[in-house]
This record gives sequence, C-alpha cells and structure tokens, in this order.
Amino acid sequence: MSNYDPRAVRGETPLLTRLVHDRPITYLDTGATSLTPQRVLDAMQTYYERSHANVHRGVYVTAAEATQYYEDARADVARFINAPGGAKEIVFTKNATESFNLIARSWGEAFLGEGDVVLLTEMEHHANIVPWFQLRERRGIEVRFIPVTDDFRLDLSNLDELLVGVKLVSVTAMSNVLGTINPIAELAQRAHAAGAVIAVDGAQSVAHSVTNVTGLDIDFFCFSAHKMLGPTGIGVLWARHELLNAMPPFLGGGGMIGDVNTNGFTCADVPAKFEAGTPPIAEAVGLGAAVRYLEHLGMENIAAHEHALTHDALTRLTDTFSGRVRIIGPATMLDRGSVISMDVEGVHPHDVSQVLDQHGVCIRPGHHCCKPLMKRFGLAATARVSFGPYSLVSDTDVLLEALTDAIAMFG
Amino acid sequence: MSNLDDLYREIILDHYRTPRNRGELVSPPAVRAEGFNPLCGDEITVYIDVVDGIVNDIKLTGQGCSISQASSSLMSAAVKGKSLEAVRATIHTFKQLMGLEEAGDAPMPSVRELGELAALSGVVQFPVRIKCATLAWNTLSQALAEL
Repeated sequence: MSNYDPRAVRGETPLLTRLVHDRPITYLDTGATSLTPQRVLDAMQTYYERSHANVHRGVYVTAAEATQYYEDARADVARFINAPGGAKEIVFTKNATESFNLIARSWGEAFLGEGDVVLLTEMEHHANIVPWFQLRERRGIEVRFIPVTDDFRLDLSNLDELLVGVKLVSVTAMSNVLGTINPIAELAQRAHAAGAVIAVDGAQSVAHSVTNVTGLDIDFFCFSAHKMLGPTGIGVLWARHELLNAMPPFLGGGGMIGDVNTNGFTCADVPAKFEAGTPPIAEAVGLGAAVRYLEHLGMENIAAHEHALTHDALTRLTDTFSGRVRIIGPATMLDRGSVISMDVEGVHPHDVSQVLDQHGVCIRPGHHCCKPLMKRFGLAATARVSFGPYSLVSDTDVLLEALTDAIAMFG
Repeated sequence: MSNLDDLYREIILDHYRTPRNRGELVSPPAVRAEGFNPLCGDEITVYIDVVDGIVNDIKLTGQGCSISQASSSLMSAAVKGKSLEAVRATIHTFKQLMGLEEAGDAPMPSVRELGELAALSGVVQFPVRIKCATLAWNTLSQALAEL
C-alpha cells in the first residue's frame, strides 16, 4: 500500500488553499520553486520556538539540540541521495548556484590551469556556465559545450573528440527548460575513461526521481532545498570524500578553522571546512523534514505520478492546440521529466502568463536562465509548465481552459 | 477580467499585430541604440535620424511581448516629426504615466494630450509589466544621449 496520494500532499500544502483573482490557485511552477508542506513549516517553527541556538558551540541543552538537528539533516540528505561516504560528504551551501561556485572556486582554482578543459552542455542553466567562464578569466581554462540535437537530446556522436583534454564534465541531470533527462551514468563512465571527473546539476531532478550518486558513479552533485519541498536559503554540494578533502576552503571565517593564530590558520575537517559562519540552521531543519517527507511518499511513486501527468498534458496540449502550441522538448515520455516548455504561435510567453494569471494559473515565462539553449532554438523565451507531487490532472484542465482564452485574446 | 482588458486594449493589440516604423536606418548618419531586458529576454534596437533638431525618421527592430512591442510602436508614432524638445517632453509624460517620474509643477497630461499613448495607462496596474513598456523609451533616451 503506497503512502503517496497527491490529494493528501495537496491538503498538506497551505499555499494551495489561497485564492488569486477570486479563483483557486493553480500552481504549475514547481520547476522554479516548490510549495512548502505544513510539516516542513512546523519543523522550522518548532526549532525556533524550542531549540534555537547556534550550532557547534554552546554546551547548554538547546545548543546541543540545535547542533543535533543540524547534523541530523545532513545525515537525512546523505541517505536520500545514497552518498557513499555518508554525512561527512554533505556540504550545506546557499543554493545549487553556490554549490557550483564552490566547485569552481575551490576545486577549479586548485586543480585546473591553462588549457585544461571543462565540458558543459548547451542545455545548462547559467549557474553551471557562468562560474566556469569566471574561472576561465582567472585560470585560462577552456570551456566547451556538448551540442543539443533538433529533438532536444544531447548530441553524443562526437563525445570522444569533445572529451580530449577535459578535466571536468559538468552536466544537468534534467533540463529545466526541455525536461530532457540526460544519461548521467553513461556520461560518468565516459568522463572517467577520459580521465575527467563529473559534476551533476540535480536542481531539477532531485525532487522528481530517485537519486543515487553511488549508483551513477559521479563525483559532484548540486541541488537546492527549495525545489524539493524545503525552504529557500539552503542548498547542497555532495562530493566524494577524497575530493572534498583535497579541496581548499571556499569562504573563510568562524566554523571552518582547525586553528587560528597571528601567523595564519588551519582548516577544519570536511564538511565544516566549507561552512564558514553561522549556517542556515532552521533551513537545514526544514530540508531534513522535506527529505523525510519525500522518502515517506516514495520517490518512485512521485516519479510515476508526474510521468502520468506529463504524458496526459503533452497529449492534450498537442491534441487541443495542434499547430498553435509547439512543445520545446521531447515529444514522448522517454527520458523526460515533468517540465513542459511551450512556444505559442503569435502570443509571447509573457502575454500567455499574464492571461493565465487571471485564471489563477502560475507558470513561468522567460529564458529560464538558459540563454545559450534559447539561442540554439532561435527563441527569446518559452512559457513553461512544471508539475510537483501535489499536482493533479485537474490542474491541466484549468491550464487548457486558460490557454484557450489566451490564444483567443491574441487571435 | 476588467483589469486584463485594461492592459490589452484594442490599440495595444493593433500596434502589436501591426507594428509601425519597423526596420533599420543607415547608421551613421542615424543614431543607433540597443536596449535589453535581461530578465525576460526582450530586446529592441532604435534608429533615430535627427535633422535640424527634428526627428526626421525613426525605425525599430527587436522582439518581445505585446506590451514591449506595442509600446515601442506607439512611441515611434508619437515622436516622429517632433522637435527634440517635444520628444523629451513626451518621454517625461510617458514616465509619469508609468508612475516612474514625478509630475513636478505640471499637471498629469490629459487623455487628449496623450493621444494613443493613453492606451498604455492600464500597464501601471501590472507592476511587473512596467519594465516591458519602458524598454523602448529608455532605449530612445539612450539614443538621444548619443546625439
């Protein structure tokens, strides 16, 4: 008997009870941020009301509790992604973007130099592009891109050639624009065979499918709590223990030191080495609660539900608006996640979103921080729908009704 | 839905579907300025040809939502053939309309003075769309600064 009923998740999501423009909200923007369940809010509230103290310092009861809860969250996350080395491999950051910046600043600056190549893909988020261009300015590395095919998949036909000189492959597990799920295990195997390590952007995949960094045999994994029913303000960098050990610290300050005297400092062990200053404690507590909730629901169950929802939505969008709505992403459900980008002929994505808002429908217009990908397909923006564990087929009903209205308005 | 009808007035949809003064001018002599809205990807290029202090011609290229495109089209129609002084006054009037600039001593312009630009007055109810409407006008200001 499955613990997962999307209607029950919906009932536990307070924001979904609100009205906008006198209509029930239809939230189809989980790809941007997920809605927060009551139990995650309660966990953070209880922490502040009962146990708020700074971590890793005081000896009093609440300080010990705060430290315990913070470290428990680290263990929850390690279990959730099956980190081979356990909790010591989990570094809390601000978000997935900061996790990538940490890799580039710390590992990149220490181990990459003139002529070394970082291999990205054309479907990366700016968070996995800009830090490498910044590193290029500082270290003279080369940044290369795996192209995307006309049917929205990575073009791996020249991968051996592209891998020459590569020290790091950094790739998204699932495109936040196309919904494409990339063959991470294969890329990891080929990167390793070429003598490179591999970093994976899990921001979109982590709340929508099972994550097993051990099984994938990857080296770095980055994601944000707020896209997986957790709070904003905290993200995760997972890396193999030996990599974290070899990397220099990122930010300096309290909490990350072994010793400091007037001559200099030594570093704390991982993961503390990468967590300077008071960390986001309540947010870690919230992330832990979100992870336990996702485990309770079952990631396989969530994945199956979102798969069915996406299949239904793709079919109905194509049937209802054939010729008017072009799907910017794989047409079938093979290796495809639950985001759907649309190009509505004659109606700009901002106008689509504006009309949809009047129906209480929340979608995301824009370039989705993926300008190279937009350019690849000759688009300035798309209108993106994305589902979460609380989404229902009735959300798609409202979407279609609102989209019909938008198209009618612009003729 | 009254708000939405206020935003997407018929004049706006008309200028979006049939934009005025689309195209390019040879630069120089025309001054060329580019504007981008990095958040939504809208972009516009303004070409303005000024002879003896009068906007002899103006052309626009670019892409974006109905509000940004209609606003740029309305702008081009409003400034073509005007003196630079009148153009600057029109820019000020438009920014007042968007709630971006204080009126000063002058009263809010009447609908009659605004002409077709009055169609953009509904945008102010949608704060996130104000940046769409202002892109062309800021780009025009940039072009004027280069004269």
